[in-house]
Amino acid sequence: MKIAVIDYGAGNLFSVQQAFKRLGSEVILTDNEQEIRSATHVIFPGVGHAKSAMTQLQEKGLDDVIPTLTQPVLGICLGMQLMCGWNEEGDLAGLGIFQTQIRSIESQFANSQIRKFAKLRTASNNKGFREKKIHYPIPHMGWNDVQINGKSEVFYFVHSYAAEICKDTWGIASYPDPFSAALKKDNFYGVQFHPEKSGKAGEDLLTQFLAV
Amino acid sequence: MPVYKRIIPCLDVQNGRTVKGINFESIRDAGDPVQLARFYADQGADELVFLDISATNEERSTFIPIVEAVAAQVNIPFTVGGGISSVESARALLRSGADKISVNSSAVKRPELITELAEEFGKQCVVVAIDIRKVEEGWTVHTHGGKNDTGMNGLEWIQQVVSLGAGELLITSMDGDGTKNGFALDFYKKAQQLVSVPIIASGGAGTIAHFEELFTQTNITGGLAASIFHFGEIPIPELKKELSKTTRIRN
Repeated sequence: MKIAVIDYGAGNLFSVQQAFKRLGSEVILTDNEQEIRSATHVIFPGVGHAKSAMTQLQEKGLDDVIPTLTQPVLGICLGMQLMCGWNEEGDLAGLGIFQTQIRSIESQFANSQIRKFAKLRTASNNKGFREKKIHYPIPHMGWNDVQINGKSEVFYFVHSYAAEICKDTWGIASYPDPFSAALKKDNFYGVQFHPEKSGKAGEDLLTQFLAV
Repeated sequence: MPVYKRIIPCLDVQNGRTVKGINFESIRDAGDPVQLARFYADQGADELVFLDISATNEERSTFIPIVEAVAAQVNIPFTVGGGISSVESARALLRSGADKISVNSSAVKRPELITELAEEFGKQCVVVAIDIRKVEEGWTVHTHGGKNDTGMNGLEWIQQVVSLGAGELLITSMDGDGTKNGFALDFYKKAQQLVSVPIIASGGAGTIAHFEELFTQTNITGGLAASIFHFGEIPIPELKKELSKTTRIRN
């Protein structure tokens, strides 16, 4: 087994590396196309702003490499988001692997108010908006439920943008509206939460990924 | 669903050892920070906070290896703070494996630091820690472990730091710190109306009921404490078992 963690300057690579080490697996950190292609498993991490991460990916030419990989690939957090389509953060096009778009959780709140009341905001629905914000601070930071593989698991999240539900949705969380907490398509996997920071549940998910 | 309420042990670290001061004055030794961190993660802590309270550069140099060891051995998120006054000092800690960094006095001194950190690393890893003390009309912000009263209004400062880029607030009531009289619920009830980022409450936790009050009477998502955990007064499994009867707690 050879696990490559894509090092493009926008990831919390150390945490991911340490998580695999705790599972007894060594990883290599690399931005080299041949190294990435020859790995049995590829991890695509990411934290920070979508625009700067995408720019760094493009500068290294990795935006063309990732969608053509054939081994199991796991995108984590911003990595997962960049594997999707249009991204509201930075108004940019992602790699287009998963057929969904990324929107801010806050704009989803606003939209759900519009859907709910089907009219312009009134004083009372402004109050509803405020109530929602008190119960659902942004970033969505902390442990939350994910319906995945036919059961409910608890993982650690930190994000302000989320992937809409689509045909590639693998795991669903709600904050308060449902979003894709995990995506899966062919050899590509993506998780919005941080398995490397999610205790036993996270370790189980990473072990499961390595068994693919 | 709203997130699970977080139970967060805080480890004050000086010269490589965990300490806890009662009202920040007297200091007692509660052990090796890395072992303690692993112990808490195994017990079900939802997150950890490490504050470097070292007084000298020589002592402070022992902190990075501890952050690295914690990142290697602990599988839950952790925040580090203490003495971070620049993007570079924050970067060193994040590179060592910290998930979030927290700034306190340095943000009061130079508020632009919050924006610099948020732009460099993203808001999600910028925690602004704020020490407040009740005064006749409201609360004022204190710095340097509660010693200096800045005279700044606490409720105004929290709004300012959020607009500058704070992704989370860690608010300590100095009136409560070390007293075990309960969290400053009146402040948190007001604070949650004014900002939309997650807030961690700290200072005053002495009983399980104090956490229950915090989590049922406010929408605060995290409760932080130190000595009651370090000295085994409230074991985390027992705390979480009791709290799960009235609020959303991760098992």
